[in-house]
Amino acid sequence: MSEQTPVSPPEGERTDTEEQTAETTDLPGDGTTTKDTVSTGAESVVAALEQAGAETLFGVQGGAIMPVYDALYDSEELTHVTMAHEQGASHAADAYGIVSGKPGVCLATSGPGATNLVTGLADASMDSDPVIALTGQVPTNFVGNDAFQETDTVGVTQPVTKHSYFAADADTVGTEVGEAFALADEGRQGPTLVDLPKDVTQGETDAFPGEPETPDTYNPPTEADAEAVDAAAGALADAERPVILAGGGVIKADASDELRQFATDYEIPVVTTMPGIGSFPEDHELSLEWAGMHGTGYANMAITNTDCMLAVGTRFDDRLTGGVETFAPDADIVHVDIDPAEISKNVEADYPLIGDAKQVLRQLDDAMPVAYEATDSSPEAYVEWREQCQTWKDEYAMTYDTPDDEPLKPQYVVERFSELAEDDAIVTTGVGQHQMWASQFWTFTEPRTWVSSHGLGTMGYGVPSAIGAKIAAPDQEVVCFDGDGSFLMTVQELSVAVREDLDITYVVLNNEAVGMVRQWQDGFYEGRRMASEYPWIPQFDMLAEAFGARGFRLEDPEEVDEVIEKARNYDGPAVIDAIIDPAENVYPMVPSGGDNGLFALNGDQLGDL
Amino acid sequence: MTQGMDGPHPEERMRPTGRRNSQGIRIDPEAEATHQPRKAVLSTLVNHEPGVLAEVSGLFSRRQFNIESLTVGATDDPEVARMTIVIEEPEPGIDQAKKQLEKLVPVISVEELEPEAVQRELILVKVDGENPDDVNAVADMYDGNVVDASPETITIEITGSHQKIEAAVEAFDQFDVQEVVRTGAAAVERGADVLEDTRRKAETISEAGETPQTATDD
Ligand SMILES: Cc1ncc(C[n+]2csc(CCOP(=O)(O)OP(=O)(O)O)c2C)c(N)n1
Repeated sequence: MSEQTPVSPPEGERTDTEEQTAETTDLPGDGTTTKDTVSTGAESVVAALEQAGAETLFGVQGGAIMPVYDALYDSEELTHVTMAHEQGASHAADAYGIVSGKPGVCLATSGPGATNLVTGLADASMDSDPVIALTGQVPTNFVGNDAFQETDTVGVTQPVTKHSYFAADADTVGTEVGEAFALADEGRQGPTLVDLPKDVTQGETDAFPGEPETPDTYNPPTEADAEAVDAAAGALADAERPVILAGGGVIKADASDELRQFATDYEIPVVTTMPGIGSFPEDHELSLEWAGMHGTGYANMAITNTDCMLAVGTRFDDRLTGGVETFAPDADIVHVDIDPAEISKNVEADYPLIGDAKQVLRQLDDAMPVAYEATDSSPEAYVEWREQCQTWKDEYAMTYDTPDDEPLKPQYVVERFSELAEDDAIVTTGVGQHQMWASQFWTFTEPRTWVSSHGLGTMGYGVPSAIGAKIAAPDQEVVCFDGDGSFLMTVQELSVAVREDLDITYVVLNNEAVGMVRQWQDGFYEGRRMASEYPWIPQFDMLAEAFGARGFRLEDPEEVDEVIEKARNYDGPAVIDAIIDPAENVYPMVPSGGDNGLFALNGDQLGDL
Repeated sequence: MTQGMDGPHPEERMRPTGRRNSQGIRIDPEAEATHQPRKAVLSTLVNHEPGVLAEVSGLFSRRQFNIESLTVGATDDPEVARMTIVIEEPEPGIDQAKKQLEKLVPVISVEELEPEAVQRELILVKVDGENPDDVNAVADMYDGNVVDASPETITIEITGSHQKIEAAVEAFDQFDVQEVVRTGAAAVERGADVLEDTRRKAETISEAGETPQTATDD
């Protein structure tokens, strides 16, 4: 172990070391650092991030993480975006990870900085998003003493990360950061964390980190067993009512092209999960859009009545399955997943195929008999099934009441925006009714354009995720649909969008309520609206202006196109405060734990279930 | 509340005929079988590093696996520790426990041991010291050793299989038991089978050889 600089006491008593650092730091880019040598643990952390190909970091400063920030001062490759709150940093990094496919990086100081990251890490963990968090920690000799701003960050985050590292040594910290980076990205993606005690980052070392490598105990599978693939292909080829269920794993594995190929070759209808939105174009005739609690009626009919389901990269979350007793009960299930622990966790797999979705879809394609299309010999039952799916599309069309006058319908706002926006526009959301309308009424055609909080369902995900998305894809249009409740949870991040001059359009579907809760209260608690209505909501257009963004108020259905275009055309963050019909609810709906085939199309049917 | 969409009422829809049980397993209505819990001994090699026990035990509590015992100790390799975890779960739960364990970064390998694997538990029993001869006699029956004696109390050490330990505890009941301390099981596969260290695959495979018959004492 190398000799270390004196350990500084907890923040509050500023030390000479820190003062000197602040005064003597050289300006960026004047050649004080060379890229292949380091002299401290912090520099080694920064070198590891550079080696791993990181470009943007999202974070908030603080005493225990200061050495790392200080080392960042000299980095020419890394850009840092200062966020208003660490939760914002973790969501921005998460969205960056979803959109770019590479781990997003967030930084925070020890104690409250680290705990503020936890929601974002839990969110990333549930949605398998690649994120790496670097947290400052009190110096090693203070650890365990309840020192100022000390929290057992590894202990707190262990359940919500793939792995949390405690860096113990300046000589190895760079390697650990590289390892954490590689681990976040390998196999099933997910969040990792490295806790960095201040003495370790301040400590002297000349250990330059090598290429990031995953730990030798971590060996995710890639190709599925060939015999298992043959058996699964056989089952699929024999099926009369096959359906593909494409999950978020298809997008993570960059397997959208393979999915499209497979589905169209064998003309199998495709249903996605909510995280799988964008894996298959929703305007394709084989698309039934997404299934689950608020999925389309046709998707839910198809997954309920199928006799063979090819499920790719999905963990059979309960919002998707409803009660497992009634989930695809006639179906042989072919389950493709990179995580063996997902096989038969919630729904038993008849044909488990463990491997990378991209690889396995190719293997399956090779193992299938000649495509029907080529031979023009589709069996009759199979043709009937496709016709049945089409009938369901007509019977359970996604419609809503559209009075010509007010109040404004949220579905209409989403639908119009979808038509006006670029094809590859990225949509992010908060959590609630607005999230469901955005996913239902926007037509997604490309992977990595739907960015939302699924597994954890985190209100407040919208504002910072749009920032992360825009930074990951500066050339793509970014729209955030938010609820008034969700928007208020992270509204402070608007300051970041303004400062970074990010061209994002925020649409607050404002129903002056935590609408999804109110919908449940009306449906399942006899309309007892306890704590769900917000009669004191601020004017979001004015709030936007206060932050330095542009604000628009939208009430009149006649003005929808005009206001959307104005906001889109504004070069910078714009907020549309859309005052929507507060009585509007989300349908279809499968009650929690219910039978997917028995979705309610309206309040009356909900009462009948 | 009529707001919403039009379309056939739930009762008029096409319905599947099958069903699954609560474990997501498709059931044949005639033989509606569910998995009964059984005991499983999981043996695990882990990196010998701080925090690994918390990570493993946290996994078990978070996923609500029913733990009977968990023991940890060093191995001949200073970098590796071995955990023996006894759980009682239905089959899918046991499978999940194994797979979830395998996913943890510090975990090197996981295996479920055969039911006939050698399993040993250690107990220390502290009983009233009034009748030392009787206590000694019972201790002898279970191959126990007296490890501490005072005019008031006697402490006996016994090692053995789960059943033997259970029986011994019951037998000591007559002496006014004051304390029982149990370690939980340590277990190892019989014969030449060894728990594979996946980091060292290449080295170990060639040495395995054939499985000889082994003598047993239980
Ligand atoms: C952080 C957090 N707290 C509470 C909830 C519970 N919750 C789920 S949806 C919802 C309502 C969301 O309201 P809003 O953002 O206004 O959206 P709306 O449903 O009105 O569109 C609430 C409170 C949550 N998902 N996340």
